Amino acid sequence: MADHVSPAEGVPTTAYSELHRDREAQRMRPKMEVRNLYFWYGDKLALKDISLQILPNEVTAFIGPSGCGKSTLLRCLNRMNELIPNTRLEGTVLLDGRDIYRAMDPVVVRRRVGMVFQKPNPFPKSIYQNVAWGARINGYRGDMDELVERCLRLAALWDEVKDRLHDNAYGLSGGQQQRLCIARALAVEPEVLLMDEPASALDPIATAKLEETILELKKSYTIVIVTHNMHQASRISDTTAFFYMGELIEMNRTDELFTRPREKRTEDYITGRFG
Amino acid sequence: MREGTGERVRWHRQGFPDLTPEANLSRGPRERLIQVLLGLCALVTVCTTLGIAAILIGESVAFFRQVSLAEFLGDTRWTPQFAEQHFGIWPLLAGTLMITVIAALVAIPIGLAAAIYISQYAPDRVRRWLKPSLELLAGVPTVVYGYFALTFVTPLLQRVLPQMQVYNALSAGIVVGIMIIPMVASLSEDALRAVPRSLAEGAYALGATKYEVVLRVVVPAALSGIMASFILALSRAIGETMIVTLAAGATPRLTLNPLESIQTMTAYIVQVSLGDTPQGTVVYQSLFAVGLVLFILTLGMNLLANRIILRFKETY
Repeated sequence: MADHVSPAEGVPTTAYSELHRDREAQRMRPKMEVRNLYFWYGDKLALKDISLQILPNEVTAFIGPSGCGKSTLLRCLNRMNELIPNTRLEGTVLLDGRDIYRAMDPVVVRRRVGMVFQKPNPFPKSIYQNVAWGARINGYRGDMDELVERCLRLAALWDEVKDRLHDNAYGLSGGQQQRLCIARALAVEPEVLLMDEPASALDPIATAKLEETILELKKSYTIVIVTHNMHQASRISDTTAFFYMGELIEMNRTDELFTRPREKRTEDYITGRFG
Repeated sequence: MREGTGERVRWHRQGFPDLTPEANLSRGPRERLIQVLLGLCALVTVCTTLGIAAILIGESVAFFRQVSLAEFLGDTRWTPQFAEQHFGIWPLLAGTLMITVIAALVAIPIGLAAAIYISQYAPDRVRRWLKPSLELLAGVPTVVYGYFALTFVTPLLQRVLPQMQVYNALSAGIVVGIMIIPMVASLSEDALRAVPRSLAEGAYALGATKYEVVLRVVVPAALSGIMASFILALSRAIGETMIVTLAAGATPRLTLNPLESIQTMTAYIVQVSLGDTPQGTVVYQSLFAVGLVLFILTLGMNLLANRIILRFKETY
């Protein structure tokens, strides 16, 4: 538990620091919790005994080399893994203390835990329809125009598209499409937002904009982001988890993990010795 | 350098003693010959189409010298074999359209539903045998379908609708519909499967149910391909000959009652072609005029299908 709690900055004495951590830990009930999670693709074990906690209003980054299971774990957090045939899961994932696999409907889980994908995947509809789609199917009864504007503003896209809301979303650039996908995800009012390498298809300027957006969103949402880019993880996340070969190697406050990694493999990875 | 490379180079030199940089040119005579041969083969199809069109038009012109276009398009009777000849295309056109509409009513919902099931719902092992067996239906000779309409579907329908004639548009139309189901299903299924998974996943991630994902994201995204499959299948229904010849009758009649015997354009062509109509007579020439109408209709639909595919093509 103590691993996920921010160190008391500017307080050198360990005794005080410990006390502070405990208090902080009590205040921060985890938004999501993974307990002893195993996941198989066919016979291949992809996740091995993962346990971790995701704290509210924080950005949690999953890092690790390709195939380490970080994206798989992300998809287990909103039951998207179930859409892939021939897979199996053991263990528990909790959302606000409720078991999402045994006590909740997958549709409800996915509405509360939204997702943004690696490659922007807007629907072949207008910008407006893209944002309104999820709200509509979830029975949103309020002012749709207002909702669309609010979500586009949150995703920092409003100013760029406000004059062409009814144009096809495919006319947008990659970075704009990705922010549209964020707006679309926000429109169903999720509590957690999962992002699977959201910047991997974007250029540096679009990436910088996206990161700004993420930091802004953190105020109202809990965010989990999978990234290949360690600089990105260190720039935007509060907590970082390092995965290797389907195992959680180390999880800690981001500044701790990047400056004082406890595991040799973490150190090797973040210093670029492999991966 | 790996071991043995020198050996291979020597072997090369011996094997191709005449190999020089100039021996193999991109514009050598062999390249040109192949290009010309392939081009000729492609040209055959174009020439055939043009030839058919030329003959159709030529004979039709001869026909229209004797029968005015006004009569052809204005008269409501088609009685070439009677003493009092009338050449109004409408009874034949109406017969064809009635068959097509009935076939569409059968094939579009069933074909599309089958495509949706196979592409979105069927588990892998079901899909593995379902799609080939569906396509098997497309391999049934149309004459068999015609018999099936006449000897099975009509008696079956007559139990419910006793006033139905032995030859009628309804059972022929239903069976034409059954015949084109595989076409609708197969082409629509291809279109549905071409919709990237990422779109469906995007919808699932917003808390959509499977039904909502399929009906409100996947099907709309595949709509151009689905529409094209409808049109291609219907143009096939318009041109269908054997089933309607066997089961729909040979009574050119301007009617909306599907229980009556009618005649389609294709069935008329068969009827006259089989008889001993002397060449050069107006009845003989009427074949080509009817053929021309048929040709224009199916060509138009195929062009429309192509346009829909191009125009509404989704670049995912």
